[in-house]
Amino acid sequence: MKYDVAVIGAGVVGSLITRELSKYDIKIALLERCNDCAMGATKANSAIVHAGFDAKPGTLKAKLNVRGVELMKKVCKELSVPYKNNGALVVAFSEEEKDSLNHLLERGIENGVPDLRIVEREELVKMEPNIGDTAVAALYAPTSSIVCPYELTIAGVENAVTNGAEFIRNCEVRGIRYENDEFILDTTAGDITAKYVINAAGVHSGEIAQLIGDNSIEIIVRHGDYYLLDKSQGTLASNTIFQCPSKMGKGVLVSPTVDGNLIVGPSATDIDGSDDVSTTAEGLSGIYTAATKSIPAVSLRNAITSFSGNRAHPVTDDFIIGSSAANKKFINAAGIESPGLSSAPAIAEMVDGIMNELTGGLVKKEGFDPVRPEPVRFRHLNTEERAKLIEKNKAYGRIVCRCETITEGEILDAIHAPAGARDVDGVKRRTRAGMGRCQGGFCGSKVVEILARELGVPMNEITKFGGKSKIMYDRTK
Amino acid sequence: MLNYDLVVVGGGPAGMAAALAAKAEGVEKIVILERAETLGGILEQCIHTGFGLHYFGEELSGPEYAGRFIEQVEKTDIDVFTDTMVLNISENNVVTAVNNSEGLMQFQAIAVVLAMGCRERPRGALSIAGSRPAGIMTAGTAQKYVNIDGYMPGKKVVILGSGDIGLIMARRMTLEGAEVKVVCELMPYSGGLTRNIVQCLDDFGIPLRLSCTVVKTHGKERLEGVTIAKVDERLQPIPGTEEYIECDTLLLSVGLIPENELSKDVGVELDRVTSGPVVDEYRETVRPGIFACGNVLQVHDLVDYVTEESQIAGKGAADYIFGKKKGGAFINTKGIDGVRYIVPQRVNIEGEENLKLYFRVGQVYKGAKVVVECDGEILSSRKKVKLAPGEMENVVITPEMLKKMNKNSEIIVRVEE
Repeated sequence: MKYDVAVIGAGVVGSLITRELSKYDIKIALLERCNDCAMGATKANSAIVHAGFDAKPGTLKAKLNVRGVELMKKVCKELSVPYKNNGALVVAFSEEEKDSLNHLLERGIENGVPDLRIVEREELVKMEPNIGDTAVAALYAPTSSIVCPYELTIAGVENAVTNGAEFIRNCEVRGIRYENDEFILDTTAGDITAKYVINAAGVHSGEIAQLIGDNSIEIIVRHGDYYLLDKSQGTLASNTIFQCPSKMGKGVLVSPTVDGNLIVGPSATDIDGSDDVSTTAEGLSGIYTAATKSIPAVSLRNAITSFSGNRAHPVTDDFIIGSSAANKKFINAAGIESPGLSSAPAIAEMVDGIMNELTGGLVKKEGFDPVRPEPVRFRHLNTEERAKLIEKNKAYGRIVCRCETITEGEILDAIHAPAGARDVDGVKRRTRAGMGRCQGGFCGSKVVEILARELGVPMNEITKFGGKSKIMYDRTK
Repeated sequence: MLNYDLVVVGGGPAGMAAALAAKAEGVEKIVILERAETLGGILEQCIHTGFGLHYFGEELSGPEYAGRFIEQVEKTDIDVFTDTMVLNISENNVVTAVNNSEGLMQFQAIAVVLAMGCRERPRGALSIAGSRPAGIMTAGTAQKYVNIDGYMPGKKVVILGSGDIGLIMARRMTLEGAEVKVVCELMPYSGGLTRNIVQCLDDFGIPLRLSCTVVKTHGKERLEGVTIAKVDERLQPIPGTEEYIECDTLLLSVGLIPENELSKDVGVELDRVTSGPVVDEYRETVRPGIFACGNVLQVHDLVDYVTEESQIAGKGAADYIFGKKKGGAFINTKGIDGVRYIVPQRVNIEGEENLKLYFRVGQVYKGAKVVVECDGEILSSRKKVKLAPGEMENVVITPEMLKKMNKNSEIIVRVEE
């Protein structure tokens, strides 16, 4: 297959870049080695749109974070992705830490972050009644927001596909040749030819760059464990509660999610194997201890799941975005760690600019539609709306996931959407079926049944998340 | 709006027994709302025998036990909506439900019986470290795959938790040709019925390791193995006792949680220990006209007791509908010294019939006494060969005992070693 642009990696960065470029009259392929998009760091991070006071002034991280925050609201609106401006508090637990709040404040002002201010304990307690007794003050960042990173990514891919881009799953890039002004990508889905390649391969971006002889990108895989707590705990904090940052990152946060749960994490350990997303006992117990310092009421009794993600920490400590020295038609969007989610819309904008510069100007295509229609969310509708919906389509009258109130109609929509779900986790991320307190205990088998029926395969072909992750083996005796 | 005297939420053994009992009392308009495609609840996937020994005096399979009640329901004019999910219950007992044939429905009820059953504790609640591949599921989910869908979820199996479903699935997987390597139990005793340990593990040579847990899962896409370790008295893994066991499936049988989301929405008070509603001896919750029975009230080991309890709730609901409920004075029951909880939590001292207080103990006792006392006076004391957390016990309170009490009394049940 021949394309103008091949984007490697369907995380949030690859997704939004592909969507941005799908407004032009060019052929784009988004290549993903897994069975779905949003399978790497994108599906396992803190889900925060950071205000932008952390990054060192003058860095790409600082610039793109602040610009990303400006763009994020609009992008989420266009893509019908939930976004909530809940604010953030960096909490100091000693006078010494209070100094570092002032440092962060200065840095934030230099980065152009609006409305930052220090709040003393009295005000802090009013804002967050569950805050720990030892908290003395906090830096308040009202522009900090929360978003669902995988929903954003899925919506971006969906919108890009609607606008003509191709999403190719199970497509791992094993080698790249450059012949006759074209890249030939040797992939597990066959050869793919492209005039330009964009490397958004996350923790693997260093290895992908090496395939064209670019050895400049050195990525350290930084592992982080998280807990997700039941929705009954979602109101323990209303702002995102940070502790003072260290050289390993922003530390352990406690934050509500856009879906109303409470997220706690991450730990931060550098590891060797980039694909190992096993949680560790030490990591989990560490974040629990740290979280209870911020919000003592956090209790593991209410944990519904734990998970971990690997972020791509560049040794240079800054995003690596631009043409490769080895081949200028090969563009790196690499080393994207926090604030990567926050910066993603700005990274897409920046890569758009680079592409226009390299090609001498891309031509916009007619009929580009930046809007991804809002999916049906039965749980958010009132009785009247529900009745009307079911009248139109009976499948919305059948509740499959009882914890999250997800209907069969929503699951069918998720499977048949552009770049739709192909596995149980794909359905889960698109609809929330299986994300509730029973974690798919009841609806898991129904989802398998619906997937098998809609994809026209036997139930034992359905996987949890592609590859060898089959849920069932043979028939019983 | 559809008008009913009684709306029963859940068509498992609890819901059916409650509806039938109310019918027998003369309640006219009754409806059962069931979220699955058929009546019967979890019994439909429990194809093993052992049901009905107490209630019918014979040994039945789950579907047979359920079948007897389904037949009875079919002979009455009780309305049944299957594949129907209740979305909420309003302040004035309007039950909103939905299905894909009738769409959204609203039922105005005089009384409501909550009989939603329970769910299994999932992996997430356990904080087991490691990867999250396919092949880790609750024992009940595996039971559905094997018994209803006809697929094997794995070949080499480790089971964590020795609750009854875990024990039953150890045997079931073995019969289907899988190798069950070990059943690990965190506690120093099993949470399951003794008869299940004998018939499901011992008879098949499956080892049960007590004071042992899974500390890590391995395998990227499909489970490849688990690390197990012994635990100390504080239930913490003991370093150095880790052991790797190769397996492709980990089944969890680590506890059942009454499904009370709907109850919480209607403002029903829950008991912190049972996670079920606080009820009086008629199984009425603190919300007048709302009753609860079966596993949504407390997790049972035997369906026979679910039936018994649900008949009480059904009769209570009928009395409420007919305005017959006794006023009386209600006093609290309380479990101490090893008795973890008591259901019902409140009893009427003007009651005129024998009533049973159900309870569970917190650890295994041999040759201990169960003592019932009130206002410093011992009402009964019975020696038991064995008391175990996995087996629900009961004590009987007679009207004579109640006559001695006043509105400030408290009935205490305790274990005396």
